Amino acid sequence: MKKLFILLFSFLTITAQAASSEGEEFKPGEMITHHIADDYTWYFADGVVLYLPVILIDNGQVNVFSSSNFYNEAHEVVPYKGYVMEHGHIYRANAAGEASEDKAGLYDFSITKNVASMFVSVALMFFVFFSISGSYKKNAGRAPRGMQSFFEPIVIFIRDEIAKANIGPKYERYMPYLLTVFFFIWFNNLLGLMPGGANLTGNIAVTLVLAAMTLLITVFSGNKSYWGHIFATPGVPKWLAPIMIPVELIGIFTKPFSLMVRLFANITAGHIIILSLFSLIFIFKSVAVGPLSVAFAVFMNFLELFVALLQAYIFTLLSAMYFGGAVEEHDHVDDMGHGDGGH
Amino acid sequence: MELVTPGFGLIFWQLVTFLIVLFLLTKFAWKPIMNALRERETSIENALSAAEKAKLEMQGLKTENEKLLAEARLERDKILKEASDAGNALVENARNKANEEGSRMIAQAREAIENEKRAAITEVKNMAAALSVDIAERILRKELNDPQAQQALAQDYIREVTLN
Repeated sequence: MKKLFILLFSFLTITAQAASSEGEEFKPGEMITHHIADDYTWYFADGVVLYLPVILIDNGQVNVFSSSNFYNEAHEVVPYKGYVMEHGHIYRANAAGEASEDKAGLYDFSITKNVASMFVSVALMFFVFFSISGSYKKNAGRAPRGMQSFFEPIVIFIRDEIAKANIGPKYERYMPYLLTVFFFIWFNNLLGLMPGGANLTGNIAVTLVLAAMTLLITVFSGNKSYWGHIFATPGVPKWLAPIMIPVELIGIFTKPFSLMVRLFANITAGHIIILSLFSLIFIFKSVAVGPLSVAFAVFMNFLELFVALLQAYIFTLLSAMYFGGAVEEHDHVDDMGHGDGGH
Repeated sequence: MELVTPGFGLIFWQLVTFLIVLFLLTKFAWKPIMNALRERETSIENALSAAEKAKLEMQGLKTENEKLLAEARLERDKILKEASDAGNALVENARNKANEEGSRMIAQAREAIENEKRAAITEVKNMAAALSVDIAERILRKELNDPQAQQALAQDYIREVTLN
């Protein structure tokens, strides 16, 4: 399916590039990049823009101001307090009011669109799961109701089909992480599909952190047999160790790396496809393309709704498999590198 | 390149937020939810096994009841049979006794009749003897009025004596 996406995407970008190279005003590539990238403002519609706070730590000095300061009345980007915003990043301004190359000591902790969107999703998660937890207390021992009955099968599925099936008897320790990561990804995937939503789970920084968590948990819960498989792979002659140990060590990192890239690429690709389909209307400058574009985009949206759930599931499932591999007490070699199937 | 370059700020916020979310949800959502689920599952399991046990018990009771009922029925039949046997025996006994009594009474009666008959015959005999003697006396008295006849009689006796 991903191959199809890429094919479709490349086809669309080619046409988009062809269109922009003719000197057209509309540049789909830029528009799409702008939409899927992080930003200092949250743009919902023309005139409905939320200017998010900028937090900069410049050599230990904290600077907090609204990102609206970077725009003048004519909505042009202007420097402020010696900083300048360019291509979605903040740089120190040089004498000419342009971005300088000197970035040393400048750290950007701004509440960007992605961070704000994450806060929204977190608030939603707190609301949903705290109220569900409350209803468990309220109808203890009785059948679930309302929201509880929607989420309970999912929680049970994660427990039985993901955690128990892949981790084994020690699954309970990993349940909080698996549940959190599943719902975090799913909620944010869905919020990203909302109009005006941020592309949070399609941001490499976010998937990097999630994958790093899985890596750390895997490494720290690795037992003797896990490390034994890495440093003295059973069934492999000793003289192969100089090759096997680096390969296995790289394997520790490639697994979460694949998690990071998979989630990022799938979600970003989905956003790009939908945006590209809409771009077609403006590229062809024809109303006739509209219905077709919309039909495709609607189809893609439904597909993305499915992908949102699927990617959350895959991330959780693979994380559980890595944890399972780390805590498993196995003496057999047949499940080496198990479960790392691509999507 | 822009897309695959992780932003430092976002990494920071993501890490902090995710850890907070993980902590808070674990403490206030996942633990209570998982515990509630486990408790409910155990309670359902217990209820099911209790129901199964009750069913088995009921079955046991039912078979026991049936056994009791069958026993009671057998007992009733036995009692009825015994009663009817006893009744029959009683009737038989009574009949035998009655028969015996009857026979005995008949025998007694017969004996009494025999005795009476014998007494009657004796009396008849005695009476006949007395009557005969009386008649003979009377005849003799009449006969012996005539001296010739007396003579003849005496003669007869003498003849008889000589014959002896």
